[in-house]
Amino acid sequence: MMKHFLKLEWKAFFRSASFGKSLGIKIFMGFMALYFMTFFLIGGFFMDKILEKVFPKLDLITAFCGLLFFWILGDLIFRFFFQKLPVMSVKPLLTLPVSRNKIVHYVLGKSALSFFNFLPLFAIIPFGIKLLFKDYPTGSLLILLLALFVTTLIINFLNFIIESFSAETELSFLPVILLTGGLFALNYYEIISFKDLIGNAFIAIYESPLLILVLLLILVITYIFNFKLLHKKLFLDSGLKTEVKEVNASNLDWTKNFGDIAPFMQLDLRLIWRNKRTKSSVWMLAIGLLYGLFFYPNSTYNNMPFFFIFIGIFSTGIFLINFGQFVPAWDSGYYKLLMSQNIKYEQYLKSKFTLMALSVVVLFVLGIPYVYFGWKILFAHFAAAIYNIGINTHVILWGGSFNRKKIDLSQKAAFNYQGTGAVQWLIGIPLLVLPMLIFALLNWLLSFEIACIVLIAMGVLGIVFHEKLMRFITGKYLESKYKMIDAFDQDN
Amino acid sequence: MITTSNLSKKYSGNQVLHIENLEIPKGQSFGLVGNNGAGKTTYFSLLLDLIQPTTGHIISNDIQVNKSEDWKPFTSAFIDESFLIGYLTPEEYFYFVGELRGQNKATVDAFVGQFEDFFHGEILGKKKYLRDLSKGNQKKAGIVAALIGNPEVVVLDEPFANLDPTTQIRLKGIVKDLAETRGVTVLISSHDLMHVTDVCERIVVLEKGEVVKDLVTNEATLKELEAHFAN
Repeated sequence: MMKHFLKLEWKAFFRSASFGKSLGIKIFMGFMALYFMTFFLIGGFFMDKILEKVFPKLDLITAFCGLLFFWILGDLIFRFFFQKLPVMSVKPLLTLPVSRNKIVHYVLGKSALSFFNFLPLFAIIPFGIKLLFKDYPTGSLLILLLALFVTTLIINFLNFIIESFSAETELSFLPVILLTGGLFALNYYEIISFKDLIGNAFIAIYESPLLILVLLLILVITYIFNFKLLHKKLFLDSGLKTEVKEVNASNLDWTKNFGDIAPFMQLDLRLIWRNKRTKSSVWMLAIGLLYGLFFYPNSTYNNMPFFFIFIGIFSTGIFLINFGQFVPAWDSGYYKLLMSQNIKYEQYLKSKFTLMALSVVVLFVLGIPYVYFGWKILFAHFAAAIYNIGINTHVILWGGSFNRKKIDLSQKAAFNYQGTGAVQWLIGIPLLVLPMLIFALLNWLLSFEIACIVLIAMGVLGIVFHEKLMRFITGKYLESKYKMIDAFDQDN
Repeated sequence: MITTSNLSKKYSGNQVLHIENLEIPKGQSFGLVGNNGAGKTTYFSLLLDLIQPTTGHIISNDIQVNKSEDWKPFTSAFIDESFLIGYLTPEEYFYFVGELRGQNKATVDAFVGQFEDFFHGEILGKKKYLRDLSKGNQKKAGIVAALIGNPEVVVLDEPFANLDPTTQIRLKGIVKDLAETRGVTVLISSHDLMHVTDVCERIVVLEKGEVVKDLVTNEATLKELEAHFAN
């Protein structure tokens, strides 16, 4: 049976219409994995030296176990945003003679083989070997190693439990942030010292190996809990019944002010507000807007003006990046309708442009309080906003004409938590890095003011040539019309 | 109205459609029948410029469809559910299509109101998104949306499939009315020979992409078609 499942996945991967694209992403992910592996390897190798430096008075094991609490929290957050439960299209299997238990066991088993579970080993094993040479008892060390590995598996399954609950809420990342933040705060303000609690627990396992059975028990419990959750979702109607809510329709008449693009703007606004996947990008706005608060209070960044531009582009352009990169795939479900309807491509694209440009203006205005950290920051944000409107909007729309991957907005089948992964951030890199490079160079050669003015000038140039650029972009979309229709027609 | 000449479509050397010459006059109700893979949907997709012809062209009302977009104002279609926008309510969808065809809300309301019994009270005012409607109800909404804005050419792919018997009968009435009294050119494909012969003045049979029969409907047509497909 496993063999059949593996075969199916192999085919799904290699026969997908977006195969080339996802292969590129896979290669990138491969490099990221290598990077983390080396990072962990080096970290593990020098762990004893680092611990001796930071905690000179403590025994190595005690010091190490004292840090485990933070590792668990960090791992939980990291996994929540980057690790997704393996997706499998289960619907066709449900009527076949395959037991539901088998499907669930397979999916969970596969998740245990995830890269994230092996990553800590790269740090733990070299650290363990070094401890061996320092004459720590072999048996206890092996038990500790095993305990750590079991813990990663517990985190693995715990993550899916959190994900399955938060996937149903609108602010999907809030539960995990609240949970980890809450635990961290309780520990930080010494209300309950989880740091010592967890540290002592592992030291106890180190000293009396039989206690590892408790960890194994926790692992079994999380597994069974996950199993129950997924098993429940394996019925078709579980996806259906929650959806039939009453609609509260607003008429959005104010969009009429935008003239002939009004019907498309109404459509886009409804698209954003009525689909879970797009809705989450609205909540991202809050993160983008507050992003500067992570950096500006820290005075070390005050001497790095190129950072202002980075944060400026990011915080005023977060909607632009998030929404723009999936134009026109947002409309892939009914692309044939749009193409056979009485519409002008230019109006369709202009509506997207207007929405993105508006979002930049609004986000800039909301970000004005950053002036508290210095007028330079506000000026840089202004330059970034103009650059976003003039250049980045056009670039991202142009990029959309290469878009060949369908987005299934109505996707609500079990096992699907799509839309919150890491990959969607990749496209933002050129949009962010290019202006930063230009700015850093000019700032270094000439001055801060000139660097800002050049970015503004570039943006203004983009705005002046807006009509021309849009005609060019429209041409690109028309060229790839048939390819897009064909690609959006395919399911994978 | 619609002239097809020397039209063919090949997918990697495989010919899926080849029509030497096909003339559809204005106001005709035209039926396309054929087994799976005969090329019905391919022909409609070419007519709507959703795919590119390998050779030849279709001229609709003096406009070559793969060269100019000016056929769009007088043509409308419902091919499959991918013509629906799932996150809109049926009313919003009608308004959207209406707006693209230059109709204001009041006109759309009045127009859609005529179809109250076709909808059987299951579409309007239900406060449900199109994606939450049943397949049959989705189809009803899609078909009616394709009639908004007085199109001169209406293309419906398999309109009778998935509909309940009452609605099928009502749909037949609507289609007949369009062609006979309003002069609309209606193109329909179907697997149901009975329905097609009921509704269409002319029936063309496609087989492996070629026209094998071109019949003007009369009492004997249904028998003839059944005999043809029995072999």
